[in-house]
Amino acid sequence: MSETAAIPGLSIDTAPLLELTGFSKSFAGFRALDRVDLTLHAGEVHALLGENGAGKSTLIKCMTGVVHRDAGTLRLAGADIAPRSAEEAVKSGIATVYQEVNLAPNLSVAQNLFLGRQPTRFGLVREGEMRRRAREVLAGFDLHIDVAAPLESYSVAVQHIVAIARAVDQSARVLILDEPTASLDAHEVEILFAVMRKLTARGIGILFVTHFLDQVYAICNRITVLRNGRLAGSATTAQLPRLDLVRMMLGRELAEATAHTGAGRAEAGPEQPAFASFEDYGKAGYVAPFDLALRPGHVVGLAGLLGSGRTETTRLVFGAAHADTGAATVDGRKVALASPAEALHLGFGYCPEERKTEGIVAELTVRENIVLALQARRGALKPLSRREQDEIAARFIRLLDIRPPDPERPIGLLSGGNQQKALLARWLATEPRLLILDEPTRGIDVGAHAEIIALIRRLCAEGMALLVVSSELEEIVTYADEVIVLRDRAHVARLTGEEITVPGILKAIAADAPASGQAA
Amino acid sequence: MNVAGRNSVSRLLPVAATSAVFLIGFLICSLTFPNFASLRVVMNLLTDNAFLGIVAVGMTFVIISGGIDLSVGSVIGFTTVFLAIAIEQWGVPPLMAFALILVISALFGAAMGAAIEYFELPPFIVTLAGMFLARGASFLMSTESIPITADLYSHLAEQAIRLPGGARLTVPAMAMLAVVAGGMVLLHLTRFGANIYALGGSRVSTALMGVNVTRTTVAIYTLSSALAGLSGIVFSLYTSSGYSLSAVGVELDAIAAVVIGGTLLSGGYGFVFGTFVGVLIQGLIQTYISFDGSLSSWWAKIATGLLLFAFIGFQQATLGLARRSRRLAAAGAH
Repeated sequence: MSETAAIPGLSIDTAPLLELTGFSKSFAGFRALDRVDLTLHAGEVHALLGENGAGKSTLIKCMTGVVHRDAGTLRLAGADIAPRSAEEAVKSGIATVYQEVNLAPNLSVAQNLFLGRQPTRFGLVREGEMRRRAREVLAGFDLHIDVAAPLESYSVAVQHIVAIARAVDQSARVLILDEPTASLDAHEVEILFAVMRKLTARGIGILFVTHFLDQVYAICNRITVLRNGRLAGSATTAQLPRLDLVRMMLGRELAEATAHTGAGRAEAGPEQPAFASFEDYGKAGYVAPFDLALRPGHVVGLAGLLGSGRTETTRLVFGAAHADTGAATVDGRKVALASPAEALHLGFGYCPEERKTEGIVAELTVRENIVLALQARRGALKPLSRREQDEIAARFIRLLDIRPPDPERPIGLLSGGNQQKALLARWLATEPRLLILDEPTRGIDVGAHAEIIALIRRLCAEGMALLVVSSELEEIVTYADEVIVLRDRAHVARLTGEEITVPGILKAIAADAPASGQAA
Repeated sequence: MNVAGRNSVSRLLPVAATSAVFLIGFLICSLTFPNFASLRVVMNLLTDNAFLGIVAVGMTFVIISGGIDLSVGSVIGFTTVFLAIAIEQWGVPPLMAFALILVISALFGAAMGAAIEYFELPPFIVTLAGMFLARGASFLMSTESIPITADLYSHLAEQAIRLPGGARLTVPAMAMLAVVAGGMVLLHLTRFGANIYALGGSRVSTALMGVNVTRTTVAIYTLSSALAGLSGIVFSLYTSSGYSLSAVGVELDAIAAVVIGGTLLSGGYGFVFGTFVGVLIQGLIQTYISFDGSLSSWWAKIATGLLLFAFIGFQQATLGLARRSRRLAAAGAH
């Protein structure tokens, strides 16, 4: 391990600090964790990576006793431990700091550091002594602030450091950082890294969960990747190049993937002019400025890892988030895109990723769900008559083959694939010129998968513009005319025509060049 | 790294504003009525509002923790009836009756706190039920006003520290000052106090920081109810009687005093001293009206209402300013 950059002199010979063996956990028959092993050494930063649903959160919750594991042993410095709550985990030396700062914002920094263990005399808190100790603890992190001021008067980065200081000061030997950098800017991330280096120098082992690959290579000594609840691999950072890491996370073999290349993409006709274009469009801390052109009959695919800025891009385009730089032009006119309602009037439609929470209204019937967006566009003063509603619902149920073909059934009772089709119908009923689909095939069965893809192709042939987010690279290459690759909240590559292949996309995701303007 | 925080002095701003309002109000009264500016009027202010001050200190604890206690007025009413019946009809020695009612009211508060915690009910509903229960129980015991003739009562009424100008620091006033002082120590100088602020700031975080949230909540409502019991004792001393309709609506006066005193109704911020001044302001308005003689006493309610509006508006404005300066500070930090 002499190659580890951050901690010189760290040796592989050191006895493991924390050892997890055979961690398994099932929720109602679903295996969230399947015999996962993980070894953390003293003084190392160990990245825990994986896509959504890979089992990272479950693993952390099992380690800290928040969730009871079905099987597996946990050893800290050679001794078996079995914490039953986060509190007990802290007492045995495992502290966790979450993305959300879990401190009391209204209390002073000093009170936050020592809440529950303030120095007292005759039952009274020794305020001066507590402040002195607080300054001492924070000085260890190079943080010199007024500890009597309320925590909320400081930036999120400072609050994170206070949270870490509190955790570490309670004699933590293992520190779990669960996506602490998600809400920090580049400068704040550097401050946090400096703190992490100080801690590892003291011999504390850090388990670091993040979505930012650049950060993994900047600070981590070792990487463990989970995929579908299983251990996908574990290696030192130096032994795992980016491309291999991305492949490990997405679980794709290049040879197998190549077979799909470009298969069945519609014959490209003469390219039509863009009706909507975005120039230098972006929002600080959300997505770095990007250019995007949307043409009738043209599918733009957005590819990248979780948290790379795909969904954020679609939300900006749909007006659900507001750009602070750049300009959007539709039909030659500048538009503000201040709200989804405005996007709706421009003829945009949006199928969100979180079908259950952002898309369907489970208690309403299929018919009511289908007419929702059309009614919204017409306004409350011009209600659709019941006959019109019935006609529309019947047409789309037939067209998209929604089963069972009963417009009066509550949509919550339909299968995932049929819910997705009903959602599509909602937007198709508004006859959009642009349809944005975020993970249209997630969580639906294989048969429905193929139907949705066929539908995407058909819509495209009818002259609709499509913007599709998908983690299924094999799918994207079959229908996309243009693929935009995102990494660390920035558009980093644009692939067209013959360039659109699974290996090509993987290479672009894993490219070593640091993304410009990341989290600026 | 050096980062400047918001000065903690700004948190004292609402209390400073409340104190300024009281002083200005007192000045206006003194200029209007020649006899007003005397130690005697101030001492009477303390005596007349002692029961409200005691119960408002408990309310301050509850509101800072993010809760509310609507039952305190009824608990005062129940206490006066219980004392009258226990002393006059059952022959219980007054001091023993005091101890009994303090235990009963504390248990009543503990039960409400436990209900809030274990059944995850909103404090508003639980203490509303407590309000009806306590008031109903006092009606059940007696619907008549019962005079208390025990020797201790007349003895305590005469007990007072004599001050120049015929002013007297009475037992009720001393009890209130002691409760205010004790409340300040408990809230600002102990771990329990810090836990109360933390609860009002973020309940989830407080639990994650290892504070026993259940025990703290139960303790807060126990304290509030016990102070309502003490307030009831003081009220019965003041009126020398027990009546089931006494102290109706006092919970709202207490909440008003807490809010006028600068405590945020959503929890997390506030001072016991502010509440004390809030009580004095309400008392000052009453005193003004009794000095004037021609004004209807309902003007006190109207004045209190206007003050409440003014203070809530003031709080929102200062909060908004603080947030904006914080954003600017955060933006300027890098």
